[in-house]
Amino acid sequence: MHSSRIVITGVGLTSPNGNSLQEFRQNLLEGIANIQMIDIRYMGDVPAGVCNFDAKKYQSRKELRVGTRAGSIAIYSSREAIASSQLDLDSIDKSRMGVYLGTTEHGNVETENEVYNISKFDYDTRYWTHHHNPRTVANNPAGEVTINMGITGPHYTIGAACAAGNAGIIQATQMLRLGEIDYALAGGVSESIQTFGIFAGFKSQGALAKHEDPNMASRPFDIDRNGIVVAEGGCVYVLERLEDALNRNAPIIAEIIGYCMNSDASDYVLPNPERQAQCMKKAIESAGLNPKDIDLISTHATSTPQGDIQECKAIQEVFSESENTYVNNTKGFIGHAMGAAGALELAGNLPSFEDNTIHPTINVENLDEQCAVKNLVINKPITIDSVDVILNNSFGMLGINSALVLKKYNPSSN
Amino acid sequence: MTPEQVKQIVIDIINEIAPDEDTSNLKAEVNLRDQMDLDSMDFLDIVMELRKQHGIEVPEEDYPQLASLDSCADYLTPKFNA
Repeated sequence: MHSSRIVITGVGLTSPNGNSLQEFRQNLLEGIANIQMIDIRYMGDVPAGVCNFDAKKYQSRKELRVGTRAGSIAIYSSREAIASSQLDLDSIDKSRMGVYLGTTEHGNVETENEVYNISKFDYDTRYWTHHHNPRTVANNPAGEVTINMGITGPHYTIGAACAAGNAGIIQATQMLRLGEIDYALAGGVSESIQTFGIFAGFKSQGALAKHEDPNMASRPFDIDRNGIVVAEGGCVYVLERLEDALNRNAPIIAEIIGYCMNSDASDYVLPNPERQAQCMKKAIESAGLNPKDIDLISTHATSTPQGDIQECKAIQEVFSESENTYVNNTKGFIGHAMGAAGALELAGNLPSFEDNTIHPTINVENLDEQCAVKNLVINKPITIDSVDVILNNSFGMLGINSALVLKKYNPSSN
Repeated sequence: MTPEQVKQIVIDIINEIAPDEDTSNLKAEVNLRDQMDLDSMDFLDIVMELRKQHGIEVPEEDYPQLASLDSCADYLTPKFNA
């Protein structure tokens, strides 16, 4: 069972700086961020990552009115993923497809907006919408995908704070290995910018980014970083067993060869570098590799003063003897896409398997010495001999850690 | 308010809640659900918008009165004129 090899055969995404993998990657290589100031209720202008995809491409106006932003992001990303996988949905048994989407949170947006709505009617609950419960059930984004696409296999979301994107992919990998399904749509989504609560919460925590130039607000590893830029976004992969992908001549983008999830068991908010290191080590071990075999680490660092240092400590511990492991980060470009972050950041790095180029982490004007990990790719991309293995980190509140190991697919290693 | 005006109010609400539907040739005597892709949630939306926009209450036992534009006009016109 465990011997099944699981591959990615499709990617669909929307991020603040791109609505396809090609556009996203291009902007990451060219150093083009897209963060804007948006007016948040009760707070005024705050920097945020906003997606600008064509929601009507796959949804009717009525679906858009009834559903949620997270659902819409999930549908767009899933439909684009299926298109890129060249899978003909009408020719497969759709009861054998599972939908597993990571979310940091769900329902905040809809509930807050509804409370605001009834405040206009003197808090008379007769004006509370009957759409509230279907919009706020935790499975909503994944459920909207199944309704839109007629998928009758299992669906649910995986609530895993900001480790959720990786968690969705891990869940799908496990379900494919168990033989519960034949195809998976897996990844993560975020609609978090649609509510003031997330922003206000980070602000109260002293963890909300501010900068007069929004494109400079998210700056992992820079000495002047001052917090998180919240973003919306989504990234969904088509996953299947290698033999099935080969049988249908699917485009194979990468192979998932290892993963780990663990818990800090120490604090609600503060990360724990010891457990993060353990998570990375176990993921690498599960892939049958050593840290030296990792060519690129896609870091989680969110641009908070403390969190970035903690992750760098963990990396320095695990990779102390790795001379050729490169390190980058995506949040300077798009902010923190919360439940989508892990999946999106991985997507931006997957083309490295083809072009051996590593996109930089941007907005580093003065590198914080405590974040000066070896081979950190800063401000401009570099090309190395070969990128064969990527480690994708994604961590979240309540001390939830995830690390995913992916390998360039090599047809001759069958 | 005339029955024709009430019908137009209902059509305006349908245009908001079911923006993909063509309401230009609705037959007043035929059930709305037989002419458009409306579900039970959409009817709840019609009830909600009557309440929000016009202060009209439609108790649950009266929902069947909203079946067609004609029955809407019969049922709602006295309420609008009350």
